[in-house]
Amino acid sequence: MPETSQHAQNPREGMMATLSKEQIGRVLAKQGILIAFAIFLVAFTIANPKFLSVDNVFSVVRSSAILGVMALGVTFVVISGNLDLSVGSMMSFSTIVVLDLHDTLGPLLAIPAMFAMTMALGALIGFLVGYLRLNSLIVTLGMLSAIHGLTLTYSGGQNMDIADKEGTWFGVFGQGSALGIPVPILIFALLAALLGLVLGKTPFGRKIYAVGGNGTAATFSGIRRARTVFSCYLISSACVATAGLMQASRSLGSQNTVGQGLELEVLAAVILGGASLMGGSGTIFKTVIGVLILGFIQNGLLLLGLQFYVQFVVTWVIIILAVWLDIAAKRGKLWSPIA
Amino acid sequence: MSDPVLRLENIVKTFPGVRALDGVSFSVMPGEVHALMGENGAGKSTLMKVLGGIHQPDSGHIYMGNHKAVMAGPLEAKAKGIVFIHQELSLAEELSVAENIYLGELPRKSFGRVDWPRLAANANAILKKLNVGFDAKARVGDLSIANQQMVEIARALTVDAKAVIFDEPTASLTDAEKVVLFDVIADLQREGVGIIYISHRMEEIFKITDRITVLRDGQYQGTVETANTNEEAVTQMMIGRKLDLSRNAAHHELGDVALEVRGLSCGKLFHDVSFEVRRGEVLGFYGLVGAGRTEIAETLFGLRDPSAGQILLDGREVRITSPVEAINMGISLVPEDRKGQGLVLGMNCRDNMTLPQVDDLKAGPFVAEGAEIAIFDQYRDRLDIRTPGWRQQVGNLSGGNQQKIVIGKWLSMHPNVLIVDEPTRGIDVGSKSEIHKLLRELAAQGYAVIVISSEMPEVLHVSDRIAAMYSGRIMRSFTAEEVTEDSLIQAISGLGGEQVA
Amino acid sequence: MQPGALSKALKNGAIWGFIVLELIFFSVAGEFLSLSDKAFMDFENMLLLLKQSAPIGIIAMGMTIVMVNGNIDLSVGATFAIAAIVLLDSMTWPIFAGLGDWVIPVAWLLALTVGTLLGALNGLIVWKTGVDAFIVTLGSMLGYRGIVFMFNGENPTSHLNWTLVDFAEAQFLGLHTATWFLLAVTLAIWFLMARTVHGRNAYAIGDNRDAAVNAGIRVGPHMMVNFAIIGFLAALSAVVFYSESGSVNPNDGQLYELWVITAVVLGGTKITGGAGSVIGTFGGVIAIQLLRKGLGHIGADTSTVNLVIGLILIAVLFLDRQLNVKGKEELKV
Repeated sequence: MPETSQHAQNPREGMMATLSKEQIGRVLAKQGILIAFAIFLVAFTIANPKFLSVDNVFSVVRSSAILGVMALGVTFVVISGNLDLSVGSMMSFSTIVVLDLHDTLGPLLAIPAMFAMTMALGALIGFLVGYLRLNSLIVTLGMLSAIHGLTLTYSGGQNMDIADKEGTWFGVFGQGSALGIPVPILIFALLAALLGLVLGKTPFGRKIYAVGGNGTAATFSGIRRARTVFSCYLISSACVATAGLMQASRSLGSQNTVGQGLELEVLAAVILGGASLMGGSGTIFKTVIGVLILGFIQNGLLLLGLQFYVQFVVTWVIIILAVWLDIAAKRGKLWSPIA
Repeated sequence: MSDPVLRLENIVKTFPGVRALDGVSFSVMPGEVHALMGENGAGKSTLMKVLGGIHQPDSGHIYMGNHKAVMAGPLEAKAKGIVFIHQELSLAEELSVAENIYLGELPRKSFGRVDWPRLAANANAILKKLNVGFDAKARVGDLSIANQQMVEIARALTVDAKAVIFDEPTASLTDAEKVVLFDVIADLQREGVGIIYISHRMEEIFKITDRITVLRDGQYQGTVETANTNEEAVTQMMIGRKLDLSRNAAHHELGDVALEVRGLSCGKLFHDVSFEVRRGEVLGFYGLVGAGRTEIAETLFGLRDPSAGQILLDGREVRITSPVEAINMGISLVPEDRKGQGLVLGMNCRDNMTLPQVDDLKAGPFVAEGAEIAIFDQYRDRLDIRTPGWRQQVGNLSGGNQQKIVIGKWLSMHPNVLIVDEPTRGIDVGSKSEIHKLLRELAAQGYAVIVISSEMPEVLHVSDRIAAMYSGRIMRSFTAEEVTEDSLIQAISGLGGEQVA
Repeated sequence: MQPGALSKALKNGAIWGFIVLELIFFSVAGEFLSLSDKAFMDFENMLLLLKQSAPIGIIAMGMTIVMVNGNIDLSVGATFAIAAIVLLDSMTWPIFAGLGDWVIPVAWLLALTVGTLLGALNGLIVWKTGVDAFIVTLGSMLGYRGIVFMFNGENPTSHLNWTLVDFAEAQFLGLHTATWFLLAVTLAIWFLMARTVHGRNAYAIGDNRDAAVNAGIRVGPHMMVNFAIIGFLAALSAVVFYSESGSVNPNDGQLYELWVITAVVLGGTKITGGAGSVIGTFGGVIAIQLLRKGLGHIGADTSTVNLVIGLILIAVLFLDRQLNVKGKEELKV
């Protein structure tokens, strides 16, 4: 009974003692996802040397970039202790809007206009969840449906295409490359670096962790909880707008439902990275790992000659194992104590 | 006399940094009402958790009748006939009274159906015994708190109880309801059930109990026959030392009035409260739980909107509508609920300590972590916070060290007025006296300090002046020189007589 | 914690009031806007509405008990699709070739068993690992959907059995087969939740889990049974629907979880568990279907339906909060 708490009191003694089974379990659980990812990469590379080639890595990251950019924003929301299920339909919205405005306003104006419209939706959600304190699951569920309707109304149910696909520079965000690196990867990497700094190093980031970890204590420490949550949704919607831009630019045309279902894949990546749905934990780095794991699993299974859809089943198993190990380490028991 | 229904022998229970129970022994006879008394943190609730099977004792034994009993869990304790009437209600509000009474033991018919007629009949029989004014079909969420408590009591009557433990059962009851409760207890007594009665209210203790056992700091202080003792003697046992009233007078010059409150009211929570605190002074607020002390603190900290009255800081009237404003005006609050309101348990020590000023500690756009560590180190040394380093998660620290983190957090803001709500609740004796010393030092350094506490010795020890609260009002203010234990007790119990709130 | 009497009355009756409002609105608006000259509240139209409510409605009954229990199930859409494939594909299996039309009950049984097992698997994972139901079923939603796609790629799975189609299209006492199933399920789940020990314990667990544990209620098995029930009902919904249509696309059932949860929340079930009623959910299902049909009746397209339903869901949440608004002196945290 007492040995569980001893090392909190005498850390040095605890360090000197031989590693107990429990401690090994704890390390495994804490870094487990990274370790598993590394083993996975090595195993697949042995099975197929092409797996870690530059070309293949680029193609994986590139195809994960849109999902990844959305996951960066959702990480903010999840750490603040909330959910965002509306990112998928919001991404469809921004894709459709920017494609439409491209032909009416021109690309230079279309992009900021689309960002403004998408972020207005984000602000609305942020207001409802942050200031009115409505349940984020239901609000974003409602917004999922509402924004989907908005998109359909906007497009009249038609697919949206840029009229002059040859004559626009708009494709650069999805198809271009700079310094030999595809632009989607650059956007994802730069945004990850920027948001990683915001979350990990700025006062604002610190406040997000506090609000998600214990909103009451944060309020008692003079943190404006509502404003913090609001800002997280604003950031999330900005990321969604960026993802929409990349999507539109990649295909220069789109269906209304291009983002459908992405909200759950995005959430899966964030959870896989180790963010707790209770809020207060997770990092941008871990989310990037989560996104890459999903991307590499998909790619690796394909390279092994397995069906595309096997990845969903594998993802299912991985998500549950990852979260299970995480909470098992926290409670010190593998199986739940539920009678 | 027959054998005791319940006997505790040398129960020891330790938690990290605290010896919560240190050799507690006493017994409860059939048909006896046995009072268990002690201040907050004396070990009563830990003892009850041991009895209820929630904690296992490190050593010592529990006997029921003549048999050694091991309580592996709450169910086993219940099966052995130990029943708790909790202070915190454990009811399912959406379900009916009858369903709550028989929670987990609904009578069945074929196909897993609930046998409603039998359920209603059984429940009504018990409710009739309790003589309550509501029906078994009523939804529990629609009942008053007092009636909800009656449902809890009704639940205890469904099993073949050997020992029933009442934990502060009258805290929310009216006088009429108390009479009913005492009748129920008398009935149980006649049936030969042993009763443990936990309460702070001397009047009740002397009215209904047969013997009194006192705990202090986890140690057994003795058991006395109620008929052969008096309130003063019992208080003496609880507090443990002769009170030294002279030591708390300020030995330094008092400064200007830092905070003045005039006629402050907030709905039903407190009314027409007026007081002032000078720099260099500790003002103690003493009163029972629910007297409105914490609510005053929360109002001063911008967490509640006052319905009337004025708040003056350094003589200027201010309006405080949020903690952010309060902090900017130099008010700090160390809240009552350390884990729920004071700390983000999953965050490390440093981040918790600098949380209110993280916006100001900047190097460019980023948090200046060096400055943060410097602040942490400074207050770790000053408050003697024992932690392996700033990276340690606050949730892993002992209660005393956690509390010092919260105090450090607010001291580092250099407030004009420091409000400390229950500064030593649930922390070990060593940290307790350190915090008391610190509060005196802070006053000597010129802080205006408000200390809210339910522990009389604490209030007497640290305060220069004491405001005694009862039912949302300041009944009386004392200076350290004039206060006596009796007058304080009188004031916080509504001038001696039981007033209906 | 005592909600006002007004709030309570509104809560219990709100969904029916809303349905009446919808009926009036669409009847009146239909006079001016509708392209058809049939009245909205046409009897045939209302019968059709009940039938069309069935697929979502049957699952919503299961979601009610899962949510009252304090959990959620996002995988119902995928379970629905798997059960549909099992139903349609198993009828073509050579081992059943000799059964003639007796293959129908066999296929039904297979589909329902698979649905029940998939649900129970979710429940078992929630119980044994202690992982939040939201995450567990989010995972299995992906996993189960993956299995659907692995079966036949992006191609539909089809098999028409005319006996089955006749049965599904039949009307008894004026009501369609699907409607009868919806009513039967509603009645059965109402009975389960209002009248049985299991149902009452489910409420207790969702309402105050610690109290339930202390009272000796076994939380884990109850949760697992409820997940098995929603799995069974997702399969039943598929059975009812695909007996008639005879062809399942691998994407079928997507977003069903959202529709179902919307219906349940509109019907007054608390998201945190402990409160909710099957009758309320029935109202929620009808209200949504009315809205879809009504908007169609006055010439609005699906886009408007999505928009309106999303906004109504948020509005309900907002109203609920306003009705239970804290007093002025309350702590502002």
